[in-house]
Formats: sequence, structure tokens, C-alpha cells
Amino acid sequence: MNKLEKLTYFPGCTLKDTASDFEISGMAVMEALGYVLEELERWNCCGTVFSLTDDDLMHQIGPVRDLIRAQEAGSEEIITLCSMCYATLKRSSLFVNGNQERLDKINAFMNKEIDYEGKVSVHHLLEVLRDRIGWEKVEERVTNPLEGLSVAPFYGCTLLRPQEIAIDDPDAPTVLQDLTQALWATPIDYAYSVECCGAYQVVDHRDVVIERTHRIMSAARRAGADVIVTSCPLCHFNLSDTQKELVRTIPDYEEMPIIYFTQLMALGFGVEAGKIPASLKAKVKRLQTVKGEG
Amino acid sequence: MISEKQEKEMIRIHVMGKTYEVPAGLTIMDAMEYAGYRFTRGAGCRSGFCGACSTVYRYEGDYRLQFALACQETAADGMYLVQLPFTPAPRAKYDIEKINLKENVLLQYYPEIARCVSCNTCTKACPQDIEVMDYIQAALRGDIAKTAELSFDCIQCGLCSMRCPADIKHYHMAQMARRIYGRYMSPVPQHLENRLQEIADGAFDAELDKLVNMSREELEEAYAARVSEEASAGSERSE
Amino acid sequence: MTKAKQTAQEEFALLELSMDEIVDKVEELSGENVFDCYQCGMCSAGCPLAEEMDLLPNQVLHALQMKDPEAMSANSMWICASCYTCQVRCPKGVDLAKVMEAMRQIYLRKRMDHVSLDGLSHREIRRLPQIAIVASFRKKTG
Repeated sequence: MNKLEKLTYFPGCTLKDTASDFEISGMAVMEALGYVLEELERWNCCGTVFSLTDDDLMHQIGPVRDLIRAQEAGSEEIITLCSMCYATLKRSSLFVNGNQERLDKINAFMNKEIDYEGKVSVHHLLEVLRDRIGWEKVEERVTNPLEGLSVAPFYGCTLLRPQEIAIDDPDAPTVLQDLTQALWATPIDYAYSVECCGAYQVVDHRDVVIERTHRIMSAARRAGADVIVTSCPLCHFNLSDTQKELVRTIPDYEEMPIIYFTQLMALGFGVEAGKIPASLKAKVKRLQTVKGEG
Repeated sequence: MISEKQEKEMIRIHVMGKTYEVPAGLTIMDAMEYAGYRFTRGAGCRSGFCGACSTVYRYEGDYRLQFALACQETAADGMYLVQLPFTPAPRAKYDIEKINLKENVLLQYYPEIARCVSCNTCTKACPQDIEVMDYIQAALRGDIAKTAELSFDCIQCGLCSMRCPADIKHYHMAQMARRIYGRYMSPVPQHLENRLQEIADGAFDAELDKLVNMSREELEEAYAARVSEEASAGSERSE
Repeated sequence: MTKAKQTAQEEFALLELSMDEIVDKVEELSGENVFDCYQCGMCSAGCPLAEEMDLLPNQVLHALQMKDPEAMSANSMWICASCYTCQVRCPKGVDLAKVMEAMRQIYLRKRMDHVSLDGLSHREIRRLPQIAIVASFRKKTG
């Protein structure tokens, strides 16, 4: 067996808890592609949202401390799966990398750590798949082509906005569609794929998120989607949690499966995918039976 | 306890802004008592275990605030001292028998851990050298075992919570983690189970009854004649 | 003792800041010039949460420009989820998400929280992933 190439991996809190399927499937598909996600030995919560006031260095300390952990591990990059961790760490790295004044201030405060040199860059796993591995390699690895499966990508906010951290065109991204095609599934166009799900408003304005979910789901359904694919544990939670509310309150509402992009890949690769909604599992099985007969 | 040499050598300390000369070599607590302060609160075992005498101090000309247990740290020339009698920090009420390990219980009872900014001020304040921030982070991601393990040496002095900009009650939260760990996650110690069974079966009833029925004089005599178990021999715990 | 719930106007009064001071503070904290906005309305057209807001995003900027205290008492800043749709679309390059954050910070730095830690039941916290709770506390507690 070939030696696996290492990627310095930052999981984030939610992947260690409610979004463990994201990590399980992420590890499995990367291994199938010849990579190992090597978790930082020590890390802390990135803060989930980037602090937007210029004078607030306190909230940069958490993310910068994670950049220091990567530096300590001898790595000049951090790979994330969670899109919120991606955005927070990425924006913090841009905030301090190359800004000596900010670096000096933060380093002086963190007098128990080694100085951060400002050299660690932050990347999302989708960038690695697209730019380093390439869709051809992904396609080569497919053992269970997902032909006939209609996939609605849900990008949410933090992979695409603000512009300076966007991994793709903020208004017309294609990375999830391209991945979908590499897995032989069909990407679906619909109006809400780059919209906000309501994010943390679910804590004290759940009604807002229910309303958002209803619109997002209905649009995806109208466009003929079988499944929604995302890279954000908060989008995943919001869409699945409030969908239960829709099932309860709207007659004949049919639940739409929501999975992480790594789970979709795992289905195509035939590797450990974590928990997959039963309806999707059945659908994938049906597709493959039909293909087998045809 | 003070040697002759130390007795001759005096140092200057500043207690709440007032300067005193005290013999070198005393702990902060003894030095303050020498200066005439009397502790009715904020002092306990005087052996570094109970955490009651946590204190902050600063050296003349040093920008950093220092943290220690007053009964352990030796007073030094130029120290600015004060004693903290108490840390106001509410403790969550819970029924240990009704904890569901599948849920993030620590976050439920101490939601403020989600406000941690990873500034590490708690760790810097800890007189026990515990990686306090790391256990808060472990707790946030639901890792009870790691929280319990990292916080094991905590003596509940409260300095972490006094310094936290996010208003976290670290030491109470960690105590809950250790209790949950003890109740649900740590392996059952067989020797303890055996002993509890012996007690339940009445193996020690006769001995206990004998003690209960002794007069004060008899008790004192028995106490004076007691044989202490040797620390190492027969002890199953190391350290 | 718990504080009685204040109206948004009462809360604004507690800041004891004039609208001149508020606008200066907003500009200082955000690094944005609120007078750059020429009221085209692109931000409000794209805002996914605009319909929940007392004032639309462009109206918030307009109220700041006009030194109208409604900017500070409207719920808009607390509904904004920093999704950044407005920022990528603004033809004048105003980072409205930063303006909203600056307005929130003016309250939060005076310890006027908008999510109550004690008000969240165990059942609610149990339901929510860390990512939601941490983000909410970051945005709505000081």
C-alpha cells in the first residue's frame, strides 16, 4: 500500500460531537484518495464567527493560537472540513499574516506560546479536492457511480463570502456541482444554493430559520433534488432540525435528506459514510440495482 | 521553624498598600500574620490542598500579576500582597443519577463555556499549573474524560474564574466533569466494590460498636496507641 | 434579582450617547464610512433576513446618515447574521456586516446582552450544536 500523504487537519468542536459523520466520512474518502487528515495535537475553538470590529484583538487570539499549533506541528497550512471554521481561521490568518503590528501585539499577549510567524495558510477540503487532487482523480476512485441521483448543493455563506476568502465565485460557484458530476450524480440548479440558512439565529429566533428552511427546501424540491449536500455543520443542523418542524406542521411535507459532501463522496467510493438517512440509502441502492440490471 | 540566619534577615512586603518588615523565609500567609493580619476566612488546611488561600500578588516593577496559594508561596522582598477571601461563582445543581452522557451536559449546565475566547488567562492564573483553557475547550467539544483528566489536580481555589473575561466558572464545571467521569466512565475499582460489600455484610459492625461504646478515656488511650499503616506497604495508590 | 426587560428605546437611552457620538463610534469600530452609501438598495434586495427587520439594511445606513436614533433601536442589527450577501453586492464597497457588528458592539461593550445564558433551557442547549451556541454568544453577549 502506498504511503498516505499527510494534511494538517483542524476539526473544530462540532465535528467532534454532533457532526461526527462529517469527520468519519471525510477521513474515509481522503484515505481512499491517498491522504490522511492528521488532526492537530492540540487545538481550541476557532470562535466560529470572525470578529468584525477592527480594535478587537481578543477574539483573534483563539484562531491565531490554532495557527500557532500548525506552526508548532511544522506545517504551513491548516485544512478544515467545517466551513465556519474555514472562514474564521482564514479571515484571522489574513488579518494578521503580514501585519507586523498586529502580530507583535498578539504575540506579546500570548507570552506562553511561541511567536506566530504569520506563515500559516488556511484551506478548505473542497479546495484540496479541486486544486490538488482534481476531479479526474476523484472520478477514477468511484466504485458506485451515483448515476440518476439529483443533488442540490447548498453552499451557505462562509465558503463564499466575503470575497477575500471565497473558495469559488461568490454568486455562481461550481465546486460542489463539479464534485457531484465527478461522482456521476446530477447537480441541480435552484435559487437558494448560496443563501443564508439563518445561522446562529436558531438559538433565539428559530422561527426565522424555519422560514428559511422552508424556502430553501421547497426550491430544491421544485428543481427535482433527491438530496441536499452541504459543507457546513450549522447549515446541516438548521436545515435538518427545522425540517422536522415542517414535517410536523405541513401536510404531505416530504423530508429531504441532507448530507455532507464527504458523505456523498463516501457513497460513490463505497467507503464508510457515517449515518445516511434511510430514504437516501434506499434511493442509492435502487439506482445501483437498476444499473446492474440495465 | 525559622532558622537563625533567616531570623536576622528581614524583607519588606506591602500588604494592601501598607509596608511591613517581616522575616525572610515565611510563606505569604505566615508573613501577613507576622505583620498582624488574622485570617478567619481565606485560610484552611495550610498545606496546599484545600485551595482556600488563593491569592494574587505583584513584584515591584513587574508588569505581571502573579498567582499562588498563600500557604505555599514564600514571601519575597518587594511583594505587593492582598488576600482573597472568596470567589463568588455559582455552582450548577444537578442529579448525578440523571445525567445522559450522549448529550453535551457540561454545556447545558455551564453554557458560558461557549464564550471562551481561548485567551489562556485562566491557565496563567492557575497555582496548580493545570492547562485550564485546554480543559474548557475539551468540555466545549463534549470530551468529558479529557476534561476530568486535565483538571484532576484542581483544588477549587477559583483564581481561574476570577480572571476569566468570559465569566466561565471553570473549577465548578470541571468538578462536575470529574463526578460524571467517576460515576459513569471510569472503570469500577474492584477492591472498593469488595470493601463496600464487606461493610454492607456487617464485617466491621462489631469493631465499630466497640468504638462507639468506649469512654472518652478509653478512646484517647486507643488513639495514642494506634498503629499507623506504613505509607508505601500495602497501599494500592501510588504518589 | 433579574432585570426587567427593557424596550429598545429604553436600552438606547441607557447608552447615554448622542447620535453624533454613535455614528463616530460606528465608523471607528467598523472602519467603514456610512456616508459612502448612496441608497441604491442592493443590500436590502439581497438580504435573506430583511423581512424580519424593523428597518431594512439600507434604511439602517440611511438612519445613521440622518442621525436618527431608530437605527439603534430597530431590531435589524440583532437579526443580521453576518451572511455577507450585502457586502459582496454593494457597489460602493460598504461592509454593512461590519457596520451592524459595530452597532451591536456599542451595546455589548456596556454589558447589554441580547441572548441570556440563563434564559436558555437545558432542552434548548441539548438540541443545539456547539457551533450555533458559540456563534450566538459571540454575536449577542458582551
